[in-house]
Amino acid sequence: MANELTNKVLTGHKKIERNVTLLLVLSFLVVTIGGIVEIAPLFYLQNTIEKVEGMRPYSPLELAGRNIYIREGCYVCHSQMIRPFRDEVERYGHYSLAAESMYDHSFQWGSKRTGPDLARVGGRYSNEWHVQHLQNPQSVVPESIMPSYGFLADTELVVENPAGHLKANVAVGVPYSEEMITEAKADLLTQADPNADTSGLLARYPKAVTGDFDGNPQRLTEMDALLAYLQMLGTLVDFSTFEPETSIR
Amino acid sequence: MADNDKAHDKQVDEVTGTETTGHSWDGIKELDTPLPRWWLTIFYGTIVFAIVYTILYPAWPLVNSATGGVLGWNSRTAIQEAMAEREAQNADLIEGIKTSSVSKVVADDSLRQYAIAAGRAAFKVNCVQCHGSGAEGGPGYPNLNDDDWLWGGTPEAIETTLMHGIRYVQDDETRISEMPAFGRDGILERAQIQDVAWYVRKLSGQSAEADAAARGEAIYADNCAACHGENGEGLQDLGAPALNDAIWLYGGTHADIVAQVTAPRHGVMPAWGDRLGETTVKELAVYVHSLGGGVSADEMAAAQ
Repeated sequence: MANELTNKVLTGHKKIERNVTLLLVLSFLVVTIGGIVEIAPLFYLQNTIEKVEGMRPYSPLELAGRNIYIREGCYVCHSQMIRPFRDEVERYGHYSLAAESMYDHSFQWGSKRTGPDLARVGGRYSNEWHVQHLQNPQSVVPESIMPSYGFLADTELVVENPAGHLKANVAVGVPYSEEMITEAKADLLTQADPNADTSGLLARYPKAVTGDFDGNPQRLTEMDALLAYLQMLGTLVDFSTFEPETSIR
Repeated sequence: MADNDKAHDKQVDEVTGTETTGHSWDGIKELDTPLPRWWLTIFYGTIVFAIVYTILYPAWPLVNSATGGVLGWNSRTAIQEAMAEREAQNADLIEGIKTSSVSKVVADDSLRQYAIAAGRAAFKVNCVQCHGSGAEGGPGYPNLNDDDWLWGGTPEAIETTLMHGIRYVQDDETRISEMPAFGRDGILERAQIQDVAWYVRKLSGQSAEADAAARGEAIYADNCAACHGENGEGLQDLGAPALNDAIWLYGGTHADIVAQVTAPRHGVMPAWGDRLGETTVKELAVYVHSLGGGVSADEMAAAQ
């Protein structure tokens, strides 16, 4: 009796294998359930994104830097995702939160670390170091295999429509205010100008790193934009008010 | 389907004794060898494992949250436990470092040994990118093995530098000093800068053009001595480097010195207090202090 049942179970797949329509329908069902279970809840579960203090949308210059980060394919070798493991936390800092990439379109978690994780690189090095490292990585990290990105310092930053860029982000849910959009162009120029009054910029984008980044205050280069982005990465969330217990999914 | 099954009456291959699929292609029949038992067992085993796993661990999304799993495991408490476990392994030593001043840690053998080991590990992760894997420094990044300190080489001074950084404006207590741009801002003439640079070379015991250095002496006394000292001994309160030795941050050739006087570069070191925490900073301070050039507070007092 038991043997018969076992046999039935073990040979039952023949039915599916010999009927193409049934095979298709059942495969579709399995993939659908898997997809719904994995993806759909992220859209409605309230606790997917932690409530944290400090997150804000990117400033226009950071956004421009982020575009360069994507253009140059930095994400191919650098992740921005510190996983909650002891080895990662001890090396890179507090593990990444979902909230920290909620304004990322698209997110830069990456899938491979040829170079180190950059989720908390902000403030870790001086601007001077970054410029030197991007121009000649091996001059500061001899064993590095990173290519040179020195041309960024020679390339004028071109952002044709900063306000439009912010509006596009609003369309996908980033809460830029009207003021942020009207001031976008000015903010873009102010952030890397060491002599500019940055109070308005800092009120709109707290913790933005300001001043000249690339060592040449006369020009606004792609290096300025990229460094403005790198120097704020992972610095926004106020972890003194973060309680991991209440954010557990 | 049922008909289908009936259509395939059992046909057994004579040679192997195994069933065939029943199809015949030009007289050739395909064996229908069943999957090995061990393979099937593992396959069904994985299905059972998956079910058990979703019961034990967080898995299924529900309306407001997801199932938590009967074990109550989650990654965020797991990491806290892992970190606490690490601390517990050396709880006495870590507690000792937490509650003692850096000088006390240096004075206590067991605390110092632990702090140096822990500091070395933290140094490899956080400091080598600028200061080099052997703390040998590089152009613009000080060598930490020598006893030529910009901001002081006592354990406490090193701790302060680590905690708040240098010219790291995001930290309110950061160490700040700025040498005037004597050339760029037109404080000195070009020729004067040339002369004073020769005098600085003379101060450091290098070859110098005698006439120019003689002219530079007065310029040095008026413009440089206030911070760098009458004889180029430097002033650690202001982070003014000593100029009377062979150790240079941005190079010691005449051209290097002229460049630095004309438009000085100001190195920035990030503040590590918030990032690494006080204990790790103390461990790092003890490690750096141990590299060869560390001085004690008494030695400092004696030197002055």
